[in-house]
Amino acid sequence: MSWNSETPETLDAGMVMPPDPANDFGPEPATVEIAGNVVGEPESWRPPTLARRTFLRGVVCSGVVIASSGYLFSSQPANASAKSTDRLITLSINGKKHRLNVPSNETLAHTLRYRLGLTGTKLGCNRAECGACTVIIGDVTEYSCSTLTSRMQGKEIRTIEGIAQNGKLHPVQQAFIDELGPQCGFCTPGQVMSAVNLLEMNANPSVDEVRLAMSGNLCRCGAYEHYLNGVMKVVRGA
Amino acid sequence: MAYKIIGKDLTPPDIEAKVTGKAKYAEDFRADGMVFLKLLASPMPHAKVKNIDLSKARKVPGFVGVLTADELKQPKDAGHAILTNDPAFVGQPILAIAAESEQAAAEAIEAVEIELEPLPFVIDPLDSLKPNGPNAINGGNVANRRGVKFQEIKWSGKDFALAGDDQLPQGQVPIDWSYGDLEAKFKESVLVLEEAFVSSANAHHALEPRSAAAYWENGKVHVWGSTQSSSFAVPSLAKYIGVKPSEVVMVSEFCGGGFGGKGYAYPVMAIPAFMSKKLGGRPVMMRMSRAEEFYNGSARAGFQGSVKIGFGADGRVKALDAFVVQDNGPTGGFWDFQNFGDASSIVFQPEAMRYRGIPVLTNTPPKGPQRGPGENQTANVLEPLMDKAARKLGIDPLALRLMNSPGGGGAGVKIGAKQAPVTSAYLREALEQGAKAFNYAERKKNSGKRVGSKIRAVGIGQAYHSAGGAGFDGLVRITPDGILHIHTGVGNLGTYSYMDTSRVAAEVLGYDWSRCVIERGGTKANMPWNLGQFGSNTSFTMTRTNFAAGTACKELLLEIGSMVMGGTSDNYQIADEKIVAKTGGKSITFAEAAQKAIELGGKFSGQEVDEELNPMTKASAKALAGTGLVAAAKDKQPKKGVVPGLAAAFIEIELDAETGRVDIIDYLGIPDVGTVLHPKGLAAQVRGAAVMGFGLAALERYVYDPEYGRPNIRGLYQAKPPSYLDVPAFMQSVYVEGATDPQNPVGAKGVGEPIQGAASSAYLSAITEALGGHTFNRVPVVADMIINHLNGLAPSHKPLQVNCQ
Repeated sequence: MSWNSETPETLDAGMVMPPDPANDFGPEPATVEIAGNVVGEPESWRPPTLARRTFLRGVVCSGVVIASSGYLFSSQPANASAKSTDRLITLSINGKKHRLNVPSNETLAHTLRYRLGLTGTKLGCNRAECGACTVIIGDVTEYSCSTLTSRMQGKEIRTIEGIAQNGKLHPVQQAFIDELGPQCGFCTPGQVMSAVNLLEMNANPSVDEVRLAMSGNLCRCGAYEHYLNGVMKVVRGA
Repeated sequence: MAYKIIGKDLTPPDIEAKVTGKAKYAEDFRADGMVFLKLLASPMPHAKVKNIDLSKARKVPGFVGVLTADELKQPKDAGHAILTNDPAFVGQPILAIAAESEQAAAEAIEAVEIELEPLPFVIDPLDSLKPNGPNAINGGNVANRRGVKFQEIKWSGKDFALAGDDQLPQGQVPIDWSYGDLEAKFKESVLVLEEAFVSSANAHHALEPRSAAAYWENGKVHVWGSTQSSSFAVPSLAKYIGVKPSEVVMVSEFCGGGFGGKGYAYPVMAIPAFMSKKLGGRPVMMRMSRAEEFYNGSARAGFQGSVKIGFGADGRVKALDAFVVQDNGPTGGFWDFQNFGDASSIVFQPEAMRYRGIPVLTNTPPKGPQRGPGENQTANVLEPLMDKAARKLGIDPLALRLMNSPGGGGAGVKIGAKQAPVTSAYLREALEQGAKAFNYAERKKNSGKRVGSKIRAVGIGQAYHSAGGAGFDGLVRITPDGILHIHTGVGNLGTYSYMDTSRVAAEVLGYDWSRCVIERGGTKANMPWNLGQFGSNTSFTMTRTNFAAGTACKELLLEIGSMVMGGTSDNYQIADEKIVAKTGGKSITFAEAAQKAIELGGKFSGQEVDEELNPMTKASAKALAGTGLVAAAKDKQPKKGVVPGLAAAFIEIELDAETGRVDIIDYLGIPDVGTVLHPKGLAAQVRGAAVMGFGLAALERYVYDPEYGRPNIRGLYQAKPPSYLDVPAFMQSVYVEGATDPQNPVGAKGVGEPIQGAASSAYLSAITEALGGHTFNRVPVVADMIINHLNGLAPSHKPLQVNCQ
């Protein structure tokens, strides 16, 4: 093993050594000749579905969704101009007002994370599939990755940073600590938001109601039962 | 042994930051003047870049810089390149562009005009083994990071013809080992099962995509990255960037999941560092999308295989002959397929065994270790076969497993090609205690019975992964205020092992846990050299390092005590954070001793350290020298044999014969961990692993379009990791009572991986029970497979087809 001269010999069968870029096998670059199964021209490599960026670009220009097969290597870019128009907006986040100029195609998650320094809201998929970006808008949980900031004028937005009040943890947060809810912690802000919102809507949910309410928050570590126990602890204690 | 701190439920110091959103992950890094980097990813599974025209890209407003493959010193393993002009999988990064905003970077990427020449590609390993089959990369089709050189192997037309459609052809292989008299043992067997099997590849899909950020300052590169390990990731990161480890300042305080895919540094982690260097050190943020995480985030290797098992009348596994073809991805990959041999040998202790394996390169995401790599696929294949065998032999499936399972502390238990000994084993006890706790005997009475469309069934699972290393370093420090600082290189992937292993130092020193601070999170924590957080090893390996450091600290304290109060170290003991004379009552506090240590310098305060320590540990001790009593020590305790992580599981399901839906009624996981360090933490792992196990067994898909070689499961909603609604609300987590590992100072060993394989294999075992002993020999088992089987219809896939479900 060339990685580190200090590496002990007592590593077991399953021990992992990182690939050594200097020593791992090095094939020659591919030649031009094609043999075996021949694939289509570069044209055929376009995906058939609408790219998200093209959709967002469409939103910018006309406020109307433009269906387009424009794609990465297209020589005919979508009709929409690449330049986005900025909108001046006043956002109300955790009770504080913020006056911002944002591109009309910017998502709320991006605004929170990159303009307002509120990095507690996470991006797990940016596609409304995982719930890591969950915030509360009005009295409803929403995926901030799929919410346009420019549409948020007049809305009351709450993020994870606004849940603890004056340094005091919300009962949900304390319960998650007590029940060891978070493992890696990446889904945790979203779980907290969903749990807080649920209990504001229904102070006495059943176990199945909790599971349903939080089912929009994926946890790859599989900590579901511990989050569930946390919520039920608040329910019983309340 | 009564411990003060070990075995208690403690509140981890970082958990509040997780629930308040204050925890900072790689993508949370911010700096003035930061630019954003986007990657141009290959749309083809195998291609050659013919031309890149950046003229339009450079004109995009906000464009700042571009990085191409030619500008980097690439690792020799071209399939695992940082950037490449010869992409070998869909999504492999070809070039990177930095711009003032992420939107501008993305616009610039789209403005790049790139000409790609498509090349033959491989999605199915067997295709590449055919006489005129394509190779995933030029020059060869077989390689593996462990012991298999890059080469070309083609099987003969005869190999394929003999096998037909539903048997695995068995041609030449680079790995072939055996022990015992296989032929004789098969002759002795009253039942021989011979089955071909397929185990799907599986994307890690950690919830945090592997974003990274970097900047250069005063000759050092600062990198914010997502990695399971702290100290262990630094040398690999340095190598990718092309600098010395001492020139890297790595920040990785939180890691949003890894599951093996972020065990140490990986190629894309270096990209922001290269771009930053090109831009004069300017901070660069690379946000990885979910699709990019799928492409670059590695995946569990797929298997096409065949296994022949010979049983005695009592269920004893007399002979096992395994043959595995591994989907290795386009790079050195990982040695899952070799672990099939180890796992099957330890869990079943076959009297004779042969293992053959061949890793075949494919144009799919690079394969890397995923929770129980190889071992969990093995469990998923073998456990249902045990149920089938039990039925044919007319014995209880639990009894069959007990006939073979290693236990009794591990005496006589052997593993692998060399039939090596193990440090401890209590898998048999796990089965016995688990069966009792789960009320297996009662539930078994109704197992397989159908009421209406519902069939109840009970399943049993078992799994293994090696779970310990040795020879790494520990580092602790007592500051003049009397506080114990435990420096750890253990990463924070969500297991809290950084806390649970650090507590051993506190235990040795008799410290009050409230007066202990854990220093962790990267280079700035002045870490000792620790093994990485993978392979279930941390609870064994770093309890040893903390024991060594704590013991070294204790010796220094006693010596200081004798220097201050007279006599020798033997006249003193430690208690209540004081050094106390054994007779006479004189004492000084640890705080006073720390002050004295600073005065004395030398070996007391980090100026002189053991020469055998790793350079990283030496550098850390040096940086801390003079700040208190500094004790750095290498774990020099002997270690003989393999440390086996072992787990069993019991499950009761209800299968709907009309819809193919499987509901989990109850689950119990029972690992053999020796001493339990953190009860709630263990329960969290057992349950979390079960969730991931059910996903592996039934819910998660890995599908490639065979015509264009493109993946259909980049998104989470396609791959489908389990949600709250896919798993039972409550699962039982227990552990083997009375187990201990004698080669660990606190009797502990690790556990993270076999608890997943035990869950997934139990699930599959239950399905086999529900279906009267039928094995699909294919993982995942999905609803249409069940429906087709129950209705006597042909499966919707060819027997050895892969990447199709």
